[in-house]
Amino acid sequence: MSPWFRLLVGVLLLFLLAPLIVVLLTSFSNDSFLAFPPQNWGFAGYRALLANEAFRRGFGVSIVLGLAVTGISLVCGTAAAYAIARLRVPGAGTLLALFTAPLLLPGIILGLGLLLVFARLGWLATWPGLMIGHCLVTLPYVIRVVLTSLRGIDATLEEAAASLGAAPVRVFRRVTLPLMLPGITAAAALSFLASFDEVVISLFLVGPRLTTLPIEVFHTIQYRADPQISALSVVLIALTAGLVVVVERSLGFLRALGR
Amino acid sequence: MRARRTLPALLLTPAGTITLVAFLLPMAWLARLSLSRASGGVLIDDVALTNYVRFFSDRFYLGVLWRSVWIAAGVAVLSILASYPIALFLFRSRSRWRGVLAVLVIAPLLVSSVVRTFGWMIILGDRGWINGMLAMTGLITAPVRLMNTVWGVLIGLTEIMMPTTTLALLAGFSRLDATLEEAARSLGAAPWRCFLRVTLPLTMPGIIVAGLVTFVLSISSFVTPSLLGGGRVQVLASTIYEEALETLDWPFAAAVSVILVLVFGLTLLGYERMARRWQ
Repeated sequence: MSPWFRLLVGVLLLFLLAPLIVVLLTSFSNDSFLAFPPQNWGFAGYRALLANEAFRRGFGVSIVLGLAVTGISLVCGTAAAYAIARLRVPGAGTLLALFTAPLLLPGIILGLGLLLVFARLGWLATWPGLMIGHCLVTLPYVIRVVLTSLRGIDATLEEAAASLGAAPVRVFRRVTLPLMLPGITAAAALSFLASFDEVVISLFLVGPRLTTLPIEVFHTIQYRADPQISALSVVLIALTAGLVVVVERSLGFLRALGR
Repeated sequence: MRARRTLPALLLTPAGTITLVAFLLPMAWLARLSLSRASGGVLIDDVALTNYVRFFSDRFYLGVLWRSVWIAAGVAVLSILASYPIALFLFRSRSRWRGVLAVLVIAPLLVSSVVRTFGWMIILGDRGWINGMLAMTGLITAPVRLMNTVWGVLIGLTEIMMPTTTLALLAGFSRLDATLEEAARSLGAAPWRCFLRVTLPLTMPGIIVAGLVTFVLSISSFVTPSLLGGGRVQVLASTIYEEALETLDWPFAAAVSVILVLVFGLTLLGYERMARRWQ
């Protein structure tokens, strides 16, 4: 490969990473408004972030919501994936297509649909409403990732255990589940991230009393750009990076994304 | 025998219930509501194409539709141009940095789009990095307007889509065989000729898939166009949002959603035709 080609790839990579690099640099700015070039450097952004009550509350909501939604999706998704992969269910292909269909539609349409139905049920700006709304996105991810990992497990191992006299529940607990664990871990990390970063669907389901962190940020940056948001962004990037490492270690990053 | 019937049902019911309540029911309700109308804040149960007629007879909404399509098409082209060299490099490289590079390219996919768009707001603003650098070199005296314009949306959305485009391209590169390129080169083809006659045709399936995926994701994206467009770049997604949460005309928002899904369907149909030609 010629050096010109390498240079081109380098420049394009710089373009791809530009927003993350800029956010990282400006998080150490002490200016009240993020203009170029930054005049003062320091940790004012991070200090302001720690003192911001709205962001702290949103962070708490997003963490609890992410954990709850991940728990629900793991239980429901793993069960569904197991049934589709191991039990001869009629119409398994159709079921899988149905379960993963929400990923194909724009979030804005899913959000609007939820708004229309939840308004009637009185679930807007409530925990159950937000949780079900987020499950709509996280459940398909979990089903897909767990299914990928299940298909990679040799079914003869389970058959061997069964033929040696282990009861079905025991086969599942001692053979299948341990082998599924890397897939489940990757699914958990991806599901948490999908919920924690969710914006579009949440926009339709939150209210003044119950708001997630991404929604707080979305509304804030429409009016101002200060180092505090950059600092918050760095924290979110670090969190993402940590979870990416979990996915990479457990299942392999590209495999988890289905490629 | 009974366990064989009840176990699958038991395992599938929870996921099925969530899909029913959060997906099938809302989508059916949305389609139904698009045929009703709102009049002075009151919902009138109707089965008529009022909302659709209103959309297609108003120049403003036709403009929104046209803008959404060409922004998405533009982003698809730009993102393929920008991602193709990276995908080719990842596919061919045998360097030990390949893994690191792959993670650097794909990981932004998992970073919140709000965070990445915020980065672009700092870069593209009137007092942002691009304008600041241009002013320092003395090339401009007044800032170039990028924020709140279609150009800003194009630049930001292209970057947001690059990881996805790269993945789609890579998935379609399976037919690319280095020995074919070597053969062309050893038979005396110049590098650019080898690229145009061998590499490009072999990677065409990947390019078509990547184009489709990027177009579909771009036309449905909301966060980046609304933040970088600042309310001045109306697309289908932002129209749905405004009608639903600001104007509170839910039937019309539902109709615009159905139109967006129709654009999806037409795109997929066109794609299948193109894919068959390249098979």
